[in-house]
Amino acid sequence: MKKYFSFFRLRLQMGMQYRIAAFAGMATQFFWGFMLIGAYKAFYESNAAAFPMGFQALTSYIWLQQAFLALFITWRFDNDIFTMITDGGISYELARPVRLYSMWFAKNLAMRLSEAALRFAPVLLVAALLPKPYGLSLPVSLPHFLLFLLTLGLGLLTTIAFLMIVYGLAMRMLSSTGVRLFLSGIVEFLSGQVIPLPFFPDKVRFVLELLPFAGMQNVPLRIYSGDLSGTPMLHAMVLQLVWLVIFIAAGALLLRSGERRAIVQGG
Amino acid sequence: MIHMQNVVKTYRVARRDSGAKAAFFALFHRKYDLVRALDGLSFDIDAGEIVALLGPNGAGKSTAIKILSGILYPDSGAVECGGFSPARDRMRYTREIGVVFGQRTQLYWDVPVGDSYGLLQDIYDVPEAEFKRNLSELTELLDLKELLRTPARQLSLGQRMRCELAASLLHSPRILFLDEPTIGLDAVSKLAVRQFVKVLNEEKKTTIILTTHDMQDVEALSRRVLMIGKGKLLLDGTLQDIRRDGESLDESLVDFYQGIEGFDGKEE
Ligand SMILES: Nc1ncnc2c1ncn2[C@@H]1O[C@H](COP(=O)(O)OP(=O)(O)OP(=O)(O)O)[C@@H](O)[C@H]1O
Ligand SMILES: [Mg+2]
Repeated sequence: MKKYFSFFRLRLQMGMQYRIAAFAGMATQFFWGFMLIGAYKAFYESNAAAFPMGFQALTSYIWLQQAFLALFITWRFDNDIFTMITDGGISYELARPVRLYSMWFAKNLAMRLSEAALRFAPVLLVAALLPKPYGLSLPVSLPHFLLFLLTLGLGLLTTIAFLMIVYGLAMRMLSSTGVRLFLSGIVEFLSGQVIPLPFFPDKVRFVLELLPFAGMQNVPLRIYSGDLSGTPMLHAMVLQLVWLVIFIAAGALLLRSGERRAIVQGG
Repeated sequence: MIHMQNVVKTYRVARRDSGAKAAFFALFHRKYDLVRALDGLSFDIDAGEIVALLGPNGAGKSTAIKILSGILYPDSGAVECGGFSPARDRMRYTREIGVVFGQRTQLYWDVPVGDSYGLLQDIYDVPEAEFKRNLSELTELLDLKELLRTPARQLSLGQRMRCELAASLLHSPRILFLDEPTIGLDAVSKLAVRQFVKVLNEEKKTTIILTTHDMQDVEALSRRVLMIGKGKLLLDGTLQDIRRDGESLDESLVDFYQGIEGFDGKEE
């Protein structure tokens, strides 16, 4: 365990060096935040009754989403891993007493945490200072806030567990670009990254909320503003946990068998 | 110590003609060719030996190293190293070995070399005292003092190779695999690497298996050479078995390679 933690620490330290990228990222996130809120505002004003969330809950959702984008963006893969798979650098990982799954999980976790750590505070700060209802509101209650943090953590783990499955698939193919784009695109949509899940028609939404992807960001972001609360919240959390376990098991199996049949490239 | 018997390893290679049309059809129907990289390779190596694996490009040397270091599973045949089955016992076996691939790096690009070493200490669970002892010894022998605080990406090839060697030895492995450790190095760096490997073998009795295309490496280091061609063992002997009167070692080697059945002098 210590080795994976030590690796995690090193990667975190490395990630914290990329301040300029963080700055550029932040600018994009402000831009997107304003754009989205502008678009939803037009929609809200044309028919407030048909709006499935409170407007304030939605703006909080959007700002949190932008602030923590690095935690759950689905197409943020670790390209080192794909390179390692295609050029044979994976040799060194396999020549050491480490499990690929734990190692890569730690790596992705560190990468995302360091990216998020460099970005979230300024976005949240500015969003909190914006006039109501365009800014970030305070969480509805302390318990909601704590559960938000908990489910945000679980959502991050689910996102990484999803990436791990893609890495596992990549180990089995010569070129994984297609699968990577396809899966991350679909999952991005299904997780509520593009449109928050409450905006889907009821039947579709019912299904989406049962899928593993809802737990990646839809659940924590809606708990924060109280849009998800009470029994439905409990159900969502249990589901989040169950899917996390399933994803981890699936990824670990894939990588375990990948270790056995790795086609190490190059010589 | 090391035992390989009748080891076969085939790679599946997707082949298609170049061009858009061929690429399109390959989406639906992939054709695979089988490349037999090792074709019944057998040899034994005793503890404390230095052995050089020789052979033309594509002979199967790197494949043999990968199988011996637990990275690849053989298709068939028996492999045993230091009481382990390398790939099957990978998690325990890899504690006992060190590996250097001359063409790749195991150091983390963005952090000082010393930080990579710290991570390796945790990966191999090396006790603090042993780690300190090994590191100071290696620092001295390989002249690393100035390099430990440099990020790996700023090292020259020769400096990097010295750092790689140290990285693979911090956990006091019993067996060291070196796949082309002198590739691309200048004369001075090559000498340093050879000198170091020799000392390591003499003083620590580390078993060393290396591949190289540099005959001077072999002359300086190994009494025993294993010549591999087309995945088979062609010769188990010494350089004297290859050398011909009136020719340089390189010339003799060319003669030897050209004598390999079906050898066309090109990589496959
Ligand atoms: N990942 C791979 N996929 C398909 N074929 C491979 C792969 N790796 C090696 N081969 C093939 O296996 C054979 C042996 O390769 P190997 O790398 O072991 O040779 P080598 O003796 O190390 O050569 P060199 O001196 O050029 O490094 C070659 O024909 C090579 O094309
Ligand atoms: Mg090779």
